[in-house]
Amino acid sequence: MTANGWIQIIVFLGLILAVTKPLGIFMARVFSRERTFLDPVMRPVERLLYRMTGVDEDHEMRWTEYALTMLLFSGVSMLLLYAIERSQQLLPWLNPQHLPAVAPALAFNTAASFTTNTNWQNYGGESTMSYLTQMVGLAYHNFASAAVGIALAIAFIRGIARREKETIGNFWVDMTRATLWLLLPMCVIGALLLVSQGVVQNLKPYDTVKLVEPQQIQKTGPDGKPMVGQDGKPVMDTVATQTIAQGPVASQEAIKELGTNGGGFFNANSAHPFENPTPFSNYLEMFFIFAIPAGLTYTLGRMTGSQRHGWAVWAAMAVLFLTGVTTAYWAEAHGNPLLSGVDQRTSLAQPGGNMEGKEVRFGIADSTLFATITTDASCGAINGWHDSYTPLGGMVPLVNIMLSETVFGGVGAGLYGILIYVVLAVFIAGLMVGRTPEYLGKKIEAYDVKMAMLVTLVFPFIILVLTAISSVAGFGTSSISNPGPHGLTQILYAFTSMAGNNGSAFGGLNGNTLWYNTAGAMTMLVGRFFMIIPMLAIAGNLAKKKYVPPSLGTFPVTTPLFTVLLVGVILIVGALTFFPALSLGPILEHLQMVAGKTF
Amino acid sequence: MKKHLVTSVLMTIATTVLLGILYPLVVTALAQLVFPDQANGQLLHRNGTVVGSRLIGQAFVGPGYFHSRPSNAGTGYDAANSNGSQLGPTNHALIDRVKGDVAANQADHPGQAVPVDLVTASGSGLDPDISPAAAEFQVARVARERALPEADVRRLVQEHTTARQFGLLGEPRVNVLELNLVLDDLTRR
Amino acid sequence: MADKKKSKAIWDVKIVRSAILQSLLKLNPRKMMGNPVMFVVEVGSVVTTLLLFRAHSSFSFNLQITLWLWFTVLFANFAEAMAEGRGKAQAETLRKARAETMARRLLPGGGEEMVASAKLRSGDEVLVVAGEFIPGDGEIFEGIASVDESAITGESAPVIREAGGDRSAVTGGTRVLSDQIKVRITSDPGSTFLDRMIALVEGAERQKTPNEIALNILLAGLTIIFLLAVVTLQPFAIYSGSPQTVFVLVSLLVCLIPTTIGGLLSAIGIAGMDRLVQHNVLAMSGRAVEAAGDVNTLLLDKTGTITLGNRQASEFIPAPGITAAQMADAAQLSSLADETPEGRSIVVLAKTQYGLRGRELAAHEAVFVPFTAQTRMSGVNLDGREIRKGAVDAIIKYLQQHGTVLPKDVQASVETIARSGGTPLVVAENRRALGVIHLKDIVKGGMRERFTQLRAMGIKTVMITGDNPLTAAAISREAGVDDFLAEATPKDKMDLIRREQAEGKLVAMTGDGTNDAPALAQADVGVAMNSGTQAAKEAGNMVDLDSNPTKLIEVVEIGKQLLMTRGALTTFSIANDVAKYFAIIPAMFAATFPVLNVLNIMHLKTPESAVLSAVIFNALIIIALVPLALRGVAYRARSAEALLRRNLLIYGVGGLIAPFIGIKLIDVLITGIHLA
Repeated sequence: MTANGWIQIIVFLGLILAVTKPLGIFMARVFSRERTFLDPVMRPVERLLYRMTGVDEDHEMRWTEYALTMLLFSGVSMLLLYAIERSQQLLPWLNPQHLPAVAPALAFNTAASFTTNTNWQNYGGESTMSYLTQMVGLAYHNFASAAVGIALAIAFIRGIARREKETIGNFWVDMTRATLWLLLPMCVIGALLLVSQGVVQNLKPYDTVKLVEPQQIQKTGPDGKPMVGQDGKPVMDTVATQTIAQGPVASQEAIKELGTNGGGFFNANSAHPFENPTPFSNYLEMFFIFAIPAGLTYTLGRMTGSQRHGWAVWAAMAVLFLTGVTTAYWAEAHGNPLLSGVDQRTSLAQPGGNMEGKEVRFGIADSTLFATITTDASCGAINGWHDSYTPLGGMVPLVNIMLSETVFGGVGAGLYGILIYVVLAVFIAGLMVGRTPEYLGKKIEAYDVKMAMLVTLVFPFIILVLTAISSVAGFGTSSISNPGPHGLTQILYAFTSMAGNNGSAFGGLNGNTLWYNTAGAMTMLVGRFFMIIPMLAIAGNLAKKKYVPPSLGTFPVTTPLFTVLLVGVILIVGALTFFPALSLGPILEHLQMVAGKTF
Repeated sequence: MKKHLVTSVLMTIATTVLLGILYPLVVTALAQLVFPDQANGQLLHRNGTVVGSRLIGQAFVGPGYFHSRPSNAGTGYDAANSNGSQLGPTNHALIDRVKGDVAANQADHPGQAVPVDLVTASGSGLDPDISPAAAEFQVARVARERALPEADVRRLVQEHTTARQFGLLGEPRVNVLELNLVLDDLTRR
Repeated sequence: MADKKKSKAIWDVKIVRSAILQSLLKLNPRKMMGNPVMFVVEVGSVVTTLLLFRAHSSFSFNLQITLWLWFTVLFANFAEAMAEGRGKAQAETLRKARAETMARRLLPGGGEEMVASAKLRSGDEVLVVAGEFIPGDGEIFEGIASVDESAITGESAPVIREAGGDRSAVTGGTRVLSDQIKVRITSDPGSTFLDRMIALVEGAERQKTPNEIALNILLAGLTIIFLLAVVTLQPFAIYSGSPQTVFVLVSLLVCLIPTTIGGLLSAIGIAGMDRLVQHNVLAMSGRAVEAAGDVNTLLLDKTGTITLGNRQASEFIPAPGITAAQMADAAQLSSLADETPEGRSIVVLAKTQYGLRGRELAAHEAVFVPFTAQTRMSGVNLDGREIRKGAVDAIIKYLQQHGTVLPKDVQASVETIARSGGTPLVVAENRRALGVIHLKDIVKGGMRERFTQLRAMGIKTVMITGDNPLTAAAISREAGVDDFLAEATPKDKMDLIRREQAEGKLVAMTGDGTNDAPALAQADVGVAMNSGTQAAKEAGNMVDLDSNPTKLIEVVEIGKQLLMTRGALTTFSIANDVAKYFAIIPAMFAATFPVLNVLNIMHLKTPESAVLSAVIFNALIIIALVPLALRGVAYRARSAEALLRRNLLIYGVGGLIAPFIGIKLIDVLITGIHLA
């Protein structure tokens, strides 16, 4: 670990701190339909959209109607994506590489994946998806699922803020305003900044270049194995060219991070030099991941009239963020003790540490920072392979997702995720101050606890049950690429990531099988929508309640003590649920690695 | 219900046109206008032919070249199949591979620990860079093979070392392809 | 809290003995179903019992695990039975008061007949004479009597009960000491006040309160989560090549699910009601007790609650040219025959301040002039002196009639006193104003501190008084209440409650009169005085048997304590799990993966002893916490922030640490005696 590494981490958190307030105020204004500087441009577009689609922007929805429209919109747009994937070879445009139709199971998995803001990828982008599919299908969903997430968070905030009201806003309006005022303008700027760093943005076919030094490569036989001649020597082939994948990357990259989607244009995601060419582009991408989720905490404070509560939540997130990044940074900088004859020391001349699966331009600090951020949020973009992280370094992203990605979290999803924890924390500890627990003036009662528990239950249920099945069934274990405890972690990570709508992976696990494609798609759909519905039910129920004015006897949700409590509840609930699984996965692997054992 | 379904379909179509078509096309147009080189992959030319991208690494095995990191993109540095090794830290396949690479690298420096990035595969499999330490580790071999004074090669490496961005971000690094192209130019002359 | 006279020792032998029997009877699965957490433990115990003779692993270990699992269930049942037992003991005392008596029922056509009290119906009219027990709850419609209510209130001093007004209600089982009264019975057999009280205290009519329901959902949810974590652990263990026995898995499950709070939850609720009864307050439902904890606003009657019942003379302010002694003398003389508390306080003040002793006036041929509604003055004529005292306007009138006026200085004193909240009484002798007596409300000792505490807890106090706003403001300032309602009519009171409730606040109040009934019904917590009318008692959701309005504050504290105890034990229960993981997980896998022994941070001797110690700790902690559940956690009037910090530290952090120590000790003990 280096001073420079720490400075980069602290500066990053400082930047997030700086953007929280202005962006939070802006979002509060946008969703309260107050005037903003973007109105002259966006208001006409908004009106046009409503006119074309028949939306009455003054109509207010109950939570049930809100949920229904959200589900219908997600369903329709998911069908469209499936259709595009299945027919990309037939569509006349933007398929310069003539890529064939995507297979049904994979297309279903991918459609579910992008609709749910997961962006789990059982495919390599550059070898599977045409430019049209990438733009119209995948990048589009990056916008749509992010806008849906933000809309839901705003609806939840309204639920807390409103008093004795039946409604929580209009889904179409929230979704549209999230897109037009927030995502679109930031993405145009972000995309151009990324292009300035070298992220490509074109519609031309892949380039073929002449290699400086042609390579002798062992041929691969029809069975997929390296070919060996009759003399027992490998059959070699000369490779003299390199095909360089191109495409409209920057436009997708910007929304991939800003919408905490994480679906890479290329297989290597943000490790790919065309997606993330410089340390600055890396920083910018990380900043984009956290910007909106951080801002939403301020929006929460502003719209509920308790700015200090917003900051208390922010602080809890910051504590968990720093804990995660410190652990990951420490573990990766420590390196892999099993590698002998390798210089893993950190110096001015080399990053050192565990560099397997990482890029030199990012080194250890920026890689672990990225890994922490992408899993704190439900982004899932990666700039190095988590599968090749050390056991504890790789456990950090895994645990981050297990904590429901509430550390800043996915756009919208992070906020409503942590608010579920807040409801639980307020309920458990709230009794200890001798009153029926209250959250910002709303009593937390049986119905709210029931719904919050439902959310808290569904998540471990799908993760643990599906991981358990996969870890003993042949169709599950056959996909494992790293044997031993690491294999268990691979499966656990897969279902955790999909249930949490993260999308990052221990990439060695072969997810492109019938089992993982279908079970995974279901996991992602359940992980998204089964969480959202009880969450909206709480919002609707809170909105109906009377407001109890705060007093000295009211449970404090604005103090450092509350921050500590919230962090404690998140850690304990997460740890108690997943500790057994973790102890046989990364923890066991770490102890065995230290003891010198390989698999 | 029916009204909401109609709105859903119309909204999907309208936003698809806006976000899936207009947005990327506008960004493409702007990018091609303002940053034409970056937007097209910063291709490098030699004698009129395209020999690579500044951002995409290539494999080098000749002793006279600086070697890139091990790659798992396709058969190695396949820029249409980016990937890492996906090997876990306790996978003996990783330990064995590193052992082999260490042995090969130590041929020139018996017993000396090899800089880690030189024997570990990058995430993209297309990492254009190696660390200054990894470059230094190869200076002697390249100088010997190209019959150049070590100091000259070392100076060249230094010239092609990119410092941390803004003095803060990322890690210092050496672009292998650019360095090797310059080396080729130098010895051909 | 102040009143502990009825509290029993926690481990009363008789109660413990019957609780042990009860805890066995409660094993009935149909009864256990109501408590999902303990039901899971019982199912686990049944499973291990069935497998006991089939398992291939160590019999001794399996047997011990099975036994301790059963103990866990029994301990939880025992806790509940203890709470119920204490309630029953309380009820027993009450039941004695319900002894069968004979009653003289008045016949419609005149005359009376003797009937058993149990045969009396609502609407019957009975005659009760001195020495007899009142046969049932009712209302006096004729007569006045002193009644011994000690059977119910524990207070030995007799109280006066009379027809009409707010002191007309009598309770069955109390005894008439003097005179005779006619009572109209207001309750049917089996539903008398005493019957309901007994049923409530025994827990027979216990319904889960809203918070308890919510907490049960949380506990059930946690139980499911841990069920998942344990059930899926087996496939993971199989993947890792280290499958586990059912005994160990059930042990882990039982240790993880919140058995501590699950086992004590109902005991806490019953004990809360019980604590109220110990304070001689009877809640009509558990919901009311919980609501008491949530109260934001307390409406307190001034008289009797904040101030002593009566005004007292505190100062003599003589008119110019009159000495204080002269005035005191006149004031005392005028009051010697005045038997009102105010009058007596004037005599006392004159004595204490000026050494004037009460005089025998018969010798002076004194003629006392009693207070009448017309003159609104009282006084004395003796030895040619005509002394009068009265309200200022009455004296002015009196002086005017005699052609004199009130001196300006006296007028000024009168106004000063009125402004300060006091009541001025002007004393005049021979048509000349001598000065002003300052009558003052005396605020009860310690009230200011109580209100400060309440404020710290975020509770607003509002004083209700019939006084004018000026007086009310002064007294409320002196007592330190937050607000007051002056010249309060029952309607004003009602409006105030509605207003507070509209702001989302919960309101508590006390009341005794029939005209208080609507407000008592409207308030979230309405404590009726036992001395009050039947209507008031029916309208409120609590009755204070001591008829002490100040007790409202204690009621609020008991409500808070009940909620705090639940929260604290829930936190404790969940925090405990961390240590149990560290005991059991390494024990499960240490055989296959010795490296995992790093997690055995307690250095438990063997895997068997580790699992067993965790299970034993888990069972014993329920018993260990029974006293806490019954007594409630220590309560302090502090802000929510301070309470939270304190309780998080004790029950959160303490809950993390305690089991590490406990499990280690048990491990040392059982390996020492070679149980594992």
